[in-house]
Amino acid sequence: MEEIYAKFVSQKISKTRWRPLPPGSLQTAETFATGSWDNEENYVSLWSIGDFGNLDSDGGFEGDHQLLCDIRHHGDVMDLQFFDQERIVTASSTGCVTVFLHHPNNQTLSVNQQWTTAHYHAGPGSPSYSSAPCTGVVCNNPEIVTVGEDGRINLFRADHKEAVRTIVWEVHFHPSNPDHLFTCSEDGSLWHWDASTDIPEKSSLFHQGGRSSTFLSHSISNQANVHQSVISSWLSTDPAKDRIEITSLLPSRSLSVNSLDVLGPCLVCGTDAEAIYVTRHLFS
Amino acid sequence: MEELDGEPAVTVIPGVNSKKNQMCFDWGPGEMLVCETSFSKKEKSEMVPSCPFIYIIRKDVDVYSQILRKLFNESHGIFLGLQRIDEELTGKSRKSQLVRVSKNYRSVIRACMEEMHQVAIAAKDPASGRQFSSQVSILSAMELIWNLCEILFIEVAPAGHLLLHLLDWVRLHVCEVDSLSADVLGSENPSNHDSFWNLVTILVLQGRLDEARQMLSKEADASPASAGICRIMGDLMRTMPILSPGNTQTLTELELKWQHWHEECERYLQDSTFATNPHLESLLKIMLGDEAALLEQKELLSNWYHFLVTRLLYSNPTVKPIDLHYYAQSSLDLFLGGESSPEPLDNILLAAFEFDIHQVIKECSIALSNWWFVAHLTDLLDHCKLLQSHNLYFGSNMREFLLLEYASGLFAHPSLWQLGVDYFDYCPKLGRVSLELHIERIPLNTEQKALKVLRICEQRQMTEQVRSICKILAMKAVRNNRLGSALSWSIRAKDAAFATLVSDRFLRDYCERGCFSDLDLIDNLGPAMMLSDRLTFLGKYREFHHMYGEKRFADAASLLLFLMTSRIAPRSFWMTLLTDALPLLEQKQVIFSAEQTYELMQCLEDLTSRRPVRGESDIQQLQDEDIETTKVEMLRLALARNLARAIIREGSLEGS
Repeated sequence: MEEIYAKFVSQKISKTRWRPLPPGSLQTAETFATGSWDNEENYVSLWSIGDFGNLDSDGGFEGDHQLLCDIRHHGDVMDLQFFDQERIVTASSTGCVTVFLHHPNNQTLSVNQQWTTAHYHAGPGSPSYSSAPCTGVVCNNPEIVTVGEDGRINLFRADHKEAVRTIVWEVHFHPSNPDHLFTCSEDGSLWHWDASTDIPEKSSLFHQGGRSSTFLSHSISNQANVHQSVISSWLSTDPAKDRIEITSLLPSRSLSVNSLDVLGPCLVCGTDAEAIYVTRHLFS
Repeated sequence: MEELDGEPAVTVIPGVNSKKNQMCFDWGPGEMLVCETSFSKKEKSEMVPSCPFIYIIRKDVDVYSQILRKLFNESHGIFLGLQRIDEELTGKSRKSQLVRVSKNYRSVIRACMEEMHQVAIAAKDPASGRQFSSQVSILSAMELIWNLCEILFIEVAPAGHLLLHLLDWVRLHVCEVDSLSADVLGSENPSNHDSFWNLVTILVLQGRLDEARQMLSKEADASPASAGICRIMGDLMRTMPILSPGNTQTLTELELKWQHWHEECERYLQDSTFATNPHLESLLKIMLGDEAALLEQKELLSNWYHFLVTRLLYSNPTVKPIDLHYYAQSSLDLFLGGESSPEPLDNILLAAFEFDIHQVIKECSIALSNWWFVAHLTDLLDHCKLLQSHNLYFGSNMREFLLLEYASGLFAHPSLWQLGVDYFDYCPKLGRVSLELHIERIPLNTEQKALKVLRICEQRQMTEQVRSICKILAMKAVRNNRLGSALSWSIRAKDAAFATLVSDRFLRDYCERGCFSDLDLIDNLGPAMMLSDRLTFLGKYREFHHMYGEKRFADAASLLLFLMTSRIAPRSFWMTLLTDALPLLEQKQVIFSAEQTYELMQCLEDLTSRRPVRGESDIQQLQDEDIETTKVEMLRLALARNLARAIIREGSLEGS
């Protein structure tokens, strides 16, 4: 586990996401977005770990992540996804869903589209209108699906003004199953669960943590094989048989790690201690 | 206890005309509420306040500074690491760990200072630039004080090493030397530069004799006439005995050597060796520790503690810690020379030299605008076992008092409250109860935040707070008609009364709409069902539906009957239950036994006999009554028929 860079950013980070690379690209991840929460003014920010003109001895890029641009966001950023290379969709605690557009030529972000009443308890027409936080968003160009505390699932199209379909559903909590390779947890730890079978000697450990939000890593090579072995070891009922190596990625634990994203060998995560951690050498 | 200096500043509240109307105010945890009242100052009859707003006034603006936030967050991590240091460690290893913690804190302060400095330079308007600059100087003073405390209280440097540390301290904080050095060395002809001798002098004042020698060799090269005396001076500088970290000589040996060297310098002075070059002559006097010569260099020294350290270097390098305060006081007096009076910073440093920790903390508390500095420093010194535990009159010691104040300040901030939690955890006497009070008052606008708060409470077994927060969330959910959510929260809160309320709502909805919302929640209640009778009924009723759906009619029938006879079902629901029994009664096979049918009839009679006799009623009520009567008649008929069939079946032989 190579060096990990930390930077304190004066905002509690609720979500971090790598910008997706163009298909067929050989580059490594360079840009990521973050959303903040629990501030009077929250921000969606774009950061870069890319070209500063400094190359270290291995030819890799040096230095920590730099802020490219940011934009104010009303309400907490509850969820954040890259819609495509230039657009970011966010879910807000005010019930609003926003699409931000990044302008690379002058490095700014602007609001591209917004659905302000996507989620509500009592509708906009009623006198006791109250909005509900939008808790999750997922996109598959050109469609965006959002879910909120009001129990609604909405389907938006990026160019339409209204929701295309609305489903009323009761959503309640299930405990998360650690079925993945990287987990970040409420207790401030970041674990790498390595179920690859090429390393001979391992011992099985159990992770004790709080409520964890888990994430599946994008496999770097030999997709099919890695997947197969990963799935089988996670589903195996005998933990001693399929040995899993678990490594902690953060140097010290303090507050909750709210979000993490992995792309190739790069990992980014954000915490309630108002810090962002980035590493570019996960598997070395 | 000294009074505040000067008049308190006046803050004007926009929109409030304090000349016309009286204002009222009330204190909050970290702020003040202010508004206009209806009471006019001039006894006029107007009773309406002109300003309709209530203002929240906060004094502690530091908490809102973007850059200082980084200080709070990073130091929080260091604080936690310190608390977790193994108590078993003693002696050298413990001391080195504590010194490392102290250096960590200081590096965080410096990082903040750097950033604030950058912002100050880049500031667009002069007012904010000035504000940032003053913040930078406050941070710089904080680091200065902390560094000194580290040397005296944490490192506890003994005589000999003490001076080395103090030299480092001064070199770190009087940094004009570097820019001056760059200036002079960067010029074409350094020894001819205007500030050349200033540079050499300040290098000598800071004990950087190697560098001073290098400068002198340039002078020697440039003007061969003074090459001779430059060489002599260089030799003197080279041979000055100083304690180096790896050196094994004892203090006594060092003192002897130093005395010997000092006498050699004396001899050169008596012989007027350097009389031809006034610069070198004054350097010699400095190296002899001559006070007058040192005081001539006031501008280069720039402050009294630099003067103090230089004086010690050249007159008493093996000074013992306990003797420091004599030199400190006299240095301050000499340096100020009666022209100005000491500033708060000077008093703090003086108190440190006198090893009066309490005085240091007290003065810092008064001088600084927030509790960050004193809270963390006191905590660290407490870990060094330096603070006596004399109790303040409300029961906690000084360390705890300061940490409580600091943490309370954090709770007043919408975001930084999460840091405050950990600080309360490490206040053994009043921390828990303070946390209990504060955590209930955090505004919860999303479920995600509520869950984080709940987790904090559950980790610390604060069951009362868990209950209270869950109740609030359950109430919110009910108001928003999110019954499933409300039920979840009341189960988590173990609130039987509320669970009953929500169950009643479910049942009412069912009666109105004919179906349940949130089925997956109700169907999977498990043991949580036992929380309240109504909730149990709800769960069991759904079980009945399941059994019916799976065609387990006999089981369904017994359950239905049980629900009524055991009085778990609320009376208001009995009609619905009996109506549910209808399809079971009208099945081809006999499901209810005779016994059971009797019981059902009993329930029906029970229900109908209790109906109040209505007098004058309107059309709607009459219609409703009609429906009711029809239902009852249908039930009676079905029950009677079932009874007949049941009696026959039970009376006949099996298989015949």
